[in-house]
Amino acid sequence: MKKSDITILVADDDPDYLFQTVFSLEKAGYKTVAVESQAEAESVIAKFKPDLAIFDLMMESDDSGFILCYKIKRKYPDVPVILATAVSHETGLSFSIDSEQEKSWIRADKYLEKGIRPEQLDQEIMKLLKL
Amino acid sequence: MAVLKVLVIDDEPGIRSGVSRILNNFHVTYPFMDEDYTYNVTEAATGEDGIAILERDMPDILLLDNKLPGIQGVEVLEYIRKRNYDIVVAMITSYASLDVAIRATRDGAIDFIPKPFTPQELKSSIENITKQQYLKRITNKMKQDGKKIRYQFLSVLSHELKAPLNALEGYLRMMQGKQAGELIDDYATPIERSLQRIQGMRNLIMDLLDFTKIRLERKEEKIEEVNLAEVAASAIGTVQPYAIQMDVNINLDVRSDVIIMADPGDMEIVFNNLISNAVKYNKIGGKADIVIDSSDSEAILIISDTGIGITKNDTENLFAEFVRIKNEKTRNISGSGLGLSIVKKVVELYHGTIKVDSTPDVGTVFTIRLPKKPITIT
Repeated sequence: MKKSDITILVADDDPDYLFQTVFSLEKAGYKTVAVESQAEAESVIAKFKPDLAIFDLMMESDDSGFILCYKIKRKYPDVPVILATAVSHETGLSFSIDSEQEKSWIRADKYLEKGIRPEQLDQEIMKLLKL
Repeated sequence: MAVLKVLVIDDEPGIRSGVSRILNNFHVTYPFMDEDYTYNVTEAATGEDGIAILERDMPDILLLDNKLPGIQGVEVLEYIRKRNYDIVVAMITSYASLDVAIRATRDGAIDFIPKPFTPQELKSSIENITKQQYLKRITNKMKQDGKKIRYQFLSVLSHELKAPLNALEGYLRMMQGKQAGELIDDYATPIERSLQRIQGMRNLIMDLLDFTKIRLERKEEKIEEVNLAEVAASAIGTVQPYAIQMDVNINLDVRSDVIIMADPGDMEIVFNNLISNAVKYNKIGGKADIVIDSSDSEAILIISDTGIGITKNDTENLFAEFVRIKNEKTRNISGSGLGLSIVKKVVELYHGTIKVDSTPDVGTVFTIRLPKKPITIT
């Protein structure tokens, strides 16, 4: 599979973070669909199957990202999902999806702290898509 | 109905069974308590047994004899004090020498019940102790809630302050790596967005200053006669350039000249926030009407706009800190999410009320009522 055949759904309510993520993904060669809310992401998922999804955790509600992970995995179990958030820095709340127990309820394949460099993000995506 | 666990440590079986008999059929009620209290009594004949029960049952109240066969009552008290247990202790003692009384009081005994006691004496002591225990727990709970709220405020604040920094950092890295091209013109959007985020951060800092002002600078000597029409006119002046840009027409209708006793800075905060919101969340070519009126006892301020409005659901949290209504219509409007929470705090400081009525796509009306007569600010 070529990068130019891959479409990534990105949901983030910070327009600048969204702009920067989409910019770096397109620069790396991917196609993107960008949305600014959980509601928009849900309506995209209903009509369209992306090859990979990147969700911000806190959008309309504090757990928008978790809900989106759950919904996309129910409809398309094989689509890899990255949860991107700055939340653990701010709240001191830390979680990862490394332990089996957390994997069982967080339906994401990868959890990334915001502030990740474009090259790193590209690496993670290639790993998840086995490129 | 709540049950308080009482432990009685006394080597005289008669005292122990007496306490059990009296308290097992006793209940305490106060108008300020949420529920009635009843008691469940456990007995111990020695200090050593008592400590074992303490560890196991975590009683709420301890009735303690000083003169015991093994370790003495004051030693049990010391044990409790060192571990900082949440328990109220009363000494039951036939004779208390002064040094025992002093030591017991120092180690946290709050009452002395003389032996022998009548059922009534015991009951009134227990009533007293229950009240103290209740108040102590309520105070602790309120302190904890306060801490939690402060913590939440700070964590949201740090998020709000860091988000623009992250955005700026991302754009600068983009430029540093010349990722969008060689020319400065290739970065028009990142530069424009960076400037907007800086402005947003500046607004947030200004709002935070208002926020600390109303929290910290509460000084009675700042209270003076304030003509609300003048404050409104000056706030309109501040917002006017923005209103011209938005093509929003601001009208001031002074139906009655209202003068109230207030800190003029507080009134500026109220008008500045509400009038700038009335412009900011308006439509191009819309209207903002400010009415100043009064009843016998109150100043009435009505600020209405012909803007995007707020849904019923969204009005519920509107005055909470850092709440911003996020939807298609507000996405390009910047705000700190603090303005209305500050307005509400100020209004409440003056024992006033604020109310919002809104219809999406039609407009929003804020109505504020402030008592006219001089008040103490709390």
